Parts: sequence; structure tokens; C-alpha cells
Amino acid sequence: MIEIKNLTVAIEDKQILNGLNLTVNDGEVAAIMGPNGSGKSTLSYVIAGKADYEVLDGEILLDGVDILEMSPDERAASGVFLAFQYPLEIPGVGTMTFLKATLNAQRRARGEGELSTPDFIRKVNGAAEKLEINKEMLRRALNVGFSGGEKKRMEILQMALLEPKFCVLDETDSGLDIDALRIVSEGVNALRAKGRSFLVITHYQRLLDYIVPDVVHVMSQGRIVKSGDKDLAKALEASGYAEYRTGEAA
Amino acid sequence: MAEITPLRTAAETGLTKLFEATKMKYPTGVSIAREEAFRYFEAVGLPTRRVEAFKYTDLRTAFRDAAHPAEMPSSEIATAALAAAKGFSEIEAVRLNFVNGHLITEASDLGRIPAGITVTPLNEAMTKASPLLAHLTPVRQAAENPIYQLNTAFLADGAVITVAAGAKVETPIHLRFVGAGTEAFSTATRVLVVLEEGAEATILETHEGPDGVAYQPNDALDVVIGDHATFRHARLNAEGREAVALSTLSARLGAKSAIETVNVVVGAVLSRHQVYLNFAGADANAVVNGAAMLNGKQLADTTFLADHAATGGVSRELFKTVVDGAATGVFQGKIIVQQAAQQTDGKMMSACLILSDEGQMMNKPELEIFADDVACGHGATCGALDDDLLFYLMQRGLPKAEAESLLVQAFLGAAIEAVSHEGAREALIGSVEAWLKARG
Repeated sequence: MIEIKNLTVAIEDKQILNGLNLTVNDGEVAAIMGPNGSGKSTLSYVIAGKADYEVLDGEILLDGVDILEMSPDERAASGVFLAFQYPLEIPGVGTMTFLKATLNAQRRARGEGELSTPDFIRKVNGAAEKLEINKEMLRRALNVGFSGGEKKRMEILQMALLEPKFCVLDETDSGLDIDALRIVSEGVNALRAKGRSFLVITHYQRLLDYIVPDVVHVMSQGRIVKSGDKDLAKALEASGYAEYRTGEAA
Repeated sequence: MAEITPLRTAAETGLTKLFEATKMKYPTGVSIAREEAFRYFEAVGLPTRRVEAFKYTDLRTAFRDAAHPAEMPSSEIATAALAAAKGFSEIEAVRLNFVNGHLITEASDLGRIPAGITVTPLNEAMTKASPLLAHLTPVRQAAENPIYQLNTAFLADGAVITVAAGAKVETPIHLRFVGAGTEAFSTATRVLVVLEEGAEATILETHEGPDGVAYQPNDALDVVIGDHATFRHARLNAEGREAVALSTLSARLGAKSAIETVNVVVGAVLSRHQVYLNFAGADANAVVNGAAMLNGKQLADTTFLADHAATGGVSRELFKTVVDGAATGVFQGKIIVQQAAQQTDGKMMSACLILSDEGQMMNKPELEIFADDVACGHGATCGALDDDLLFYLMQRGLPKAEAESLLVQAFLGAAIEAVSHEGAREALIGSVEAWLKARG
């Protein structure tokens, strides 16, 4: 599914990722844990194609195709989805308008026909109900006035509608209460399928009680320093990141 | 000491000649008003950048020549021009059609004016010295403005519309102004709307004309809003690409009256839309919005003045400008709160989105407050599209141009949303979509 080889990335002359290697197999849920400043969010942005980063070396292969030369929308159409740590508010853009525009843009890019309005509405309503997103939320401008939990649920709704191949969840658990964490996790678990992989970035083991990973990677100083099964997350929760923190600012 | 007489430009000399040559024979009152207006104008001339109110819009440079006032067009020309007019044409309305500044009575809906409304061609009102003309120039400050003075001096046609006390007219009146011709011409129209106590009416206005012709329209809308009356107004400037388009809306607000006016600009190489509001009665309410989409070398100036003379006036102004290419947006807004106008609540905002390196925006908001119990504020912002928002939209699959369009539409939509008339609101949003589509 996704193979990241020797990824070396800098922002404003500061090197953040230092030859990172990572493989996420088809249908796999991989968790990345690590201390603050280890480069987890940078990795998610570089996968999605944010412009601020300079890729000095390496490649990111999605089903064998290097996506680094692609624009963010081309990557999205190829199946890359990033659930943002801080989903953005877009005043004046209605949630339904936004959902329809993105869904149809991706379908067009893949050479599929646009969805009819009734089909689109049926699709949204079905997915929204599972995530306990009510119609009133769908009528508002995207994320405007939404609580932290509502914004994260809206991210998962988009993930469900866009049906990506490779989903990156950047600290999706931050700012969530227990109920919201359960709803969001159930939403993600419902999307686990063959042909779809997940990279779940988190600081805390708690999220991984709900979204149980197949593999856990520990990231430090811009590279993966340890990998294991779900028990590695539990061990980290007990011991902390002290042994991985050497030489890091925070 | 000898008086210094500034050198008169070719346009100013031309205007004097044209004024003398085209003086029309109206009853004394009208002629005097036109003569006075021209003499005031002539004494000062076309404003340069040194005149504070025209600091960012140099009319002396814009008017190199005084274009000849357009004659009444032939019926063939008028029919063809009106058939090509697109603005607000989908909307069910009573239409008053103007071609080159002349009311084309046979092509207008004068025979199906809704109950409670009267419409008199301005020409007829002037010829018969209608007592309604006493309502012209409802705001003092407008009379001191050279654009408005020129409009008065060269006034050729227009309409006088009255809305009877208590009449709530659903069907909008559409003032459709179309320019036609292949050589430069000028027009000067005035529409006077008098809403009696408790009346309600909607006026829609569209301005269109040929591309590639440097015509010079000068349109004025005078509105007298009676106590408890409501005036709604949506205006689309889709003038030709070379037009130098000047316009003035001046309104006097009675007690507990309301005005809603939204001006959308896509056309003209240079446009200046002036809004003068006089809060004459207590507790009047005003919503004044604007949305301008500019590219190439366009300049669009919005100049706004609210003069609060009575207590409890509420005004909300939101002006949005999108600048692309080497275009320039100008906003000058002033809220005056006189000493008697306690409990005035005024908020004025101008926001600009600059999409290019060469685009620019000039914002000049001012407050002049003489009362002590008021809540007034103003704000001005200028910026590029937010990169983080663009990235978010692109991450969801929108190509860059589409993501930009969505954000621009949302930005301008905030100003257009205020239009109460659904059809007009949708048509104005359609003009934003068309502009974005043409941008590519």
C-alpha cells in the first residue's frame, strides 16, 4: 500500500525528518507514537503535500507510484486522506456545498461521473447518522461554530464519503471527550477494510484501546526507532518517552 | 493679488460647451437647478487627487474628453440593445428600460404598474414642473459633490416613482440601463423614488453596455423614505470594459424607516458608486453592502457617507472587494454622528482579498462623532487567500482554481446575502460565479 523510503524533509532550513522508512500494508492500521517535536505532524503534512516543506531526499510510494510530485488534490484523488489535528473553519462555505464539491472533484479526477443530488444527499445522510452528526450541523458553514468533537466527527464523515485508500489521522483524539472518542473511533473502525490502510498518529495509548492497531511504530528525531505490536503502546504508556527523547528540544 | 485660475482641461472646456449647447427648455425651476449645478461644478472643475474626496480616483485623468450626451436612440437600436441585456432578466419584475440614458416608454412596462405605485417619466415631470421634483436631492452633501452636480446639470431623463402610504409592493421595479453605440457618449439619468409612510418597495438596477467603447454614464438615484417605510435595492454594475461609470444613491430616512442596498460591481474600467444617507428621523435602520470583483486595470471606488441627525439610528455596512490583475479597489466611508443623534449604532467594515501581485486596495474609513452615547466602529482588512484553507480544500480533492473560487465566493457571499429579494440574490451570486469562471 504505502512505502516511505529514506524520507528527509526540512522546513526553513531545519531538518525534521531524517531518512524515515515506513511501510503500511494493505488493510493495516499502523499507529505512530512519539514525543512532541519528533516529526509526526510533519510526516502527515508531507504525505498530504503541504507546500511549506522541502523534501530533500526519499520517496513516498502509494501502490508503487511516487506521489511526491503530485499536488495535494492529485494525491487526494489517488486516495490519500488527512484527518487534520485542527480542522479548519471555512466561513461562508456551506458544509453540504463543500462535501458535494470535494466528492465530485475526486470523482471527476478519477474519470467517474458526478453524483446526482438525491444520491449525494442519501449518501451523506447515511454516513452522518452513524457519526451522530445532525442535519442542523450539515446546514451550517463548514466547521464554523463546531465544538472540537464535532469538527473531528466531520473529518471522519469526509473520510467515509471520500472512501480513500490511505488515511492519515493526525492526533484525532486531541480535544475529544470520552463519548466523542468512542463515536470517532467507531467511525474509523467501520471503515477498516481490505484496500484501505490507516496511519494513526497519537500521543496517547487511549485512542488505541478503541482503534486497535496492527502495528505500533515509535518515532523520534524524524525517524522510526522502534516497531512492535499493540503491546508496545501499552509499554510506552507505562514507561514514557524518556528513552527516545535524547537530543530533542521538547 | 491676482487670483490663480487653474488650467482648464479639454474635458472641462468641452463640458462647458456641451452644457451651453444642450441646455434644454424646462420650466424655470428645473433650468435654474441645472444652471446652478453646472456653475458650481465649473467653478471647481473635475477633481484631481489633491481633492481629499478624490484622492484615489483621479477624475481629471479619467475624463480626457467630454463625451457628447447621447441622443434618444432609434427604435431599432433600442430594441437590439434591450434584447441583449442579461442582468436580472430572469426575475419577474416591472421593467423601466433605458437605452443611452433615455426611457424607452414603448419598451417599458408602464401599462402594468402595480397598485400603489405611480411612475412618471422624468422628462415629463420636468416639462410639467411636477411638484414631486421638490423631493430631488434629498441629501445636502450629495449636492456639493461634483459627480452629482454633473448629473443635475446634464439631466436628460429618468423616472419619478411614488409608493403610496401603506402600500407593500411585492413585485420589484427593475431599472434597466443599457448603453449602445460604437463611439464615446455620455448619459445622465435620475430616478426619484418617494415612499410615503409605511410603504414598502424593491428597486432593482442593472447597468450594461458595449465593451470597447469609452462611454460615460452618470446615474443618480434619489430616495425619500417616509416614516415606517422600507426601501430595498440591489444594483449590478456590468458596464462595458471601457466605461467610466459614475453613480450616486442619496437617501433620506424617516423615523423607523429602513433601507437595504447592495451594489455589485463587475464592469467598467473606472467606476465610482457614492452612497449618501441622511438619518433624518429617529430609529431608522440601514444595511449598505457592496461586492466588487476587479481585474485588468479596473478601478472601483465606493464612497459612503452616513449622516446621523436623529436618535437611535442603526447602520451596518459591509463592503467586499476582490482584486486580481493590476486592478485597484477604493473604499472611503464616513459615519457622522451629530450631537442630537444619541444612541446611534453604526458599524462599517471593508474587507479586501488580493489575488495578484499588482492588485491594490485603498481603504479610508472615518468616524466623526459629536454625541456621547453612541456605539460606532469601523474596520478594514486586506489580504491574500489563506494558504492553510487552500491546502485543506485541496487535500479533500479540489483543484487549486476550484478551491480558490470556493473561497472567493464565500468571501463575497457575505455581502450579497443581505439582498432580501431571492431572485436578485441568486442572480448576483450568479454574477460572482460567472466572474470566477471567466478568471479560470
